Amino acid sequence: MAIYLDSDSKIIVQGMTGAEGMKHTQRMLAGGSNIVGGVNPRKAGETVEIEGHSLPVFGSVEESIAKTDANVSVIFVPPAFAKSAMIEAIDAQMPLIVTITEGIPVHDSAVAWDYNLQKGSKSRMIGPNCPGIISPGKSNAGITPSNITGHGPIGLVSKSGTLTYQMMFELRDIGFSTGIGIGGDPVIGTTHIDALKAFEADDETEAMVLIGEIGGDSEEKAAEYISKHVTKPVVAYVAGFTAPEGKTMGHAGAIVSGSAGTAQAKKEAFEAVGVKVGKTPSETAQLMREIVLGK
Amino acid sequence: MDLFEYQARDLFEAHQVPVLAGIVVETPEEAEQAAKEIGGVVVVKAQVKVGGRGKAGGVKVAKTPEEAKAAAESILGLDIKGHVVKRLMIAQGANIESEYYFSVLLDRSNRTFLALCSVEGGVEIEQLAEERPEALARVEISANEGIDLAKAKEIATEANFPAELIDSVSEVFVKLYDVFEKEDATLVEVNPLVRTAEGKIIALDGKVTLDENAEFRHQREQMERDQLDPLEAKAQENDLNYVKLDGAVGIIGNGAGLVMSTLDVVAYAGEKHGGVKPANFLDIGGGASAEVMAAGLDVILGDSQVKSVFVNVFGGITACDAVANGIVGALDKLGDAASKPLVVRLDGNNVDEGRKILSEYNHPLITLAETMDGGADRAAELAKV
Repeated sequence: MAIYLDSDSKIIVQGMTGAEGMKHTQRMLAGGSNIVGGVNPRKAGETVEIEGHSLPVFGSVEESIAKTDANVSVIFVPPAFAKSAMIEAIDAQMPLIVTITEGIPVHDSAVAWDYNLQKGSKSRMIGPNCPGIISPGKSNAGITPSNITGHGPIGLVSKSGTLTYQMMFELRDIGFSTGIGIGGDPVIGTTHIDALKAFEADDETEAMVLIGEIGGDSEEKAAEYISKHVTKPVVAYVAGFTAPEGKTMGHAGAIVSGSAGTAQAKKEAFEAVGVKVGKTPSETAQLMREIVLGK
Repeated sequence: MDLFEYQARDLFEAHQVPVLAGIVVETPEEAEQAAKEIGGVVVVKAQVKVGGRGKAGGVKVAKTPEEAKAAAESILGLDIKGHVVKRLMIAQGANIESEYYFSVLLDRSNRTFLALCSVEGGVEIEQLAEERPEALARVEISANEGIDLAKAKEIATEANFPAELIDSVSEVFVKLYDVFEKEDATLVEVNPLVRTAEGKIIALDGKVTLDENAEFRHQREQMERDQLDPLEAKAQENDLNYVKLDGAVGIIGNGAGLVMSTLDVVAYAGEKHGGVKPANFLDIGGGASAEVMAAGLDVILGDSQVKSVFVNVFGGITACDAVANGIVGALDKLGDAASKPLVVRLDGNNVDEGRKILSEYNHPLITLAETMDGGADRAAELAKV
């Protein structure tokens, strides 16, 4: 087992025929993901040749599910169209919706999230503005490079894409069950807590790395959750100690306002519940190595 | 993006939120003229994006145009918590009977919108929330349903508005939600919302934050922005994601999280080297072409405080050889303008090719680092005075 995404996952790509969608569909295929088609109403019925695969283009997400039993959608459409892409996937009750697109207006993300709730939360949403989810050696839904690390016992959940890559690289000798980039936007689908809960229940995951950054209170909530519900070891890393107040550090959600959302507060919240926090990504990796390998 | 009070007032007016007349001016003479136009008592208000301007002498009541001119003379140029007053709003005076509070905002923690409302307005709302939380109504707002008249009445009732005012304030709440939704705001706050002696409900002072990600769907008149640091302005012209800080180690990296982390790691390493700190945040994103790298280096080397530069790239999608070529291209392009030592750490996709390119280029300013921590330490050491 892994979480949310496994070797039998069937993936469609919304926006597959665009430049980004095409490039990453090719990468996902090369990494071994089972991509079964794409969606683009203007190119419905066409076939796209990628990496030696003939991928059908469907007119709607609903049609793609009917014809292929797809259970994962990866969204690459531009920000202006991302809301309707997410809502279409929610309407089709796609089990897992991974939105990679960066720069989506927060009202649109909030509307899509609320819409999913109103429809009974039939879909698990990941992102937006994230690298997606990878279960190394099994499947990859998103833009994480498939070749950084192999399969192993560590579960990873992170707000940041490149820090996800960095951490996978540091611990590539041990390997990962699943790595999820939840994204650094103010409104996201899957949270740190959701992932911790799933990793706790996953047989293959022995320990977890949580990567957070300034802004919001997701890390503080995760710390509280860990103290009550997580028995497996967790180590954490938080980025943004040197970030000044009131300046957005790259991610729309990475901003310290007043005393809220500081890296220090997040670190203290973790340490208060016995979660070790590394000063640097490599120190964090070392803490994990000690837990898993006992050295 | 936080707006100035006058910009918020204009957005309110455009959505039929009741506001008083207000004219923006930049000189005492214009202030006098504006006061004449408005007539009667006016309030001269400093336009700065910082709280507590009243206490700092940035808000004055003027009974005559001459008084308005004098008030403008005393307020223009005032330094309010580091913000120098360049503009004033001359606002019509009001006979205030009662002051209330209303805001609607993005509630990130609950992934929804939230309305806050109180009949005790005009005070610091954070203070009210802390000292008398029962006086502040909090009503969750669905992003799909928003605030219709029924929801607005629920908010007003919850906030303990007297029965005879519920209808009139609710109408204003609906219009304020219009501002929030149609302008893609993450915050619309009115403090105070007032009832005048004549019984009118008016938004007297407003604060609006807009979502930069949504600007593509708004045709706005060119809005006055905050005065940017000259380096930040230059970075913005080149579409670089740059934030100026105060240290001596220039930072370039790819991905917001990794760059934030790089700043931290440099600051830790700097503790061993006399307290050296990072000079900036600069995320060059996925592309990292020679042009982007050159533009980034150009901005960073333009910072006279910078003593060394740390380039920290993890090649995920980006290939390290492309980044290396970017650095080579940038140094060739900058020529003698590139005068500070560069510590480069590359890992990930095509790392061997990338390191090889830089080794063969053999530029006297470049040091290759094996790890992120090692690179940070070397860059901090080089920046030590």
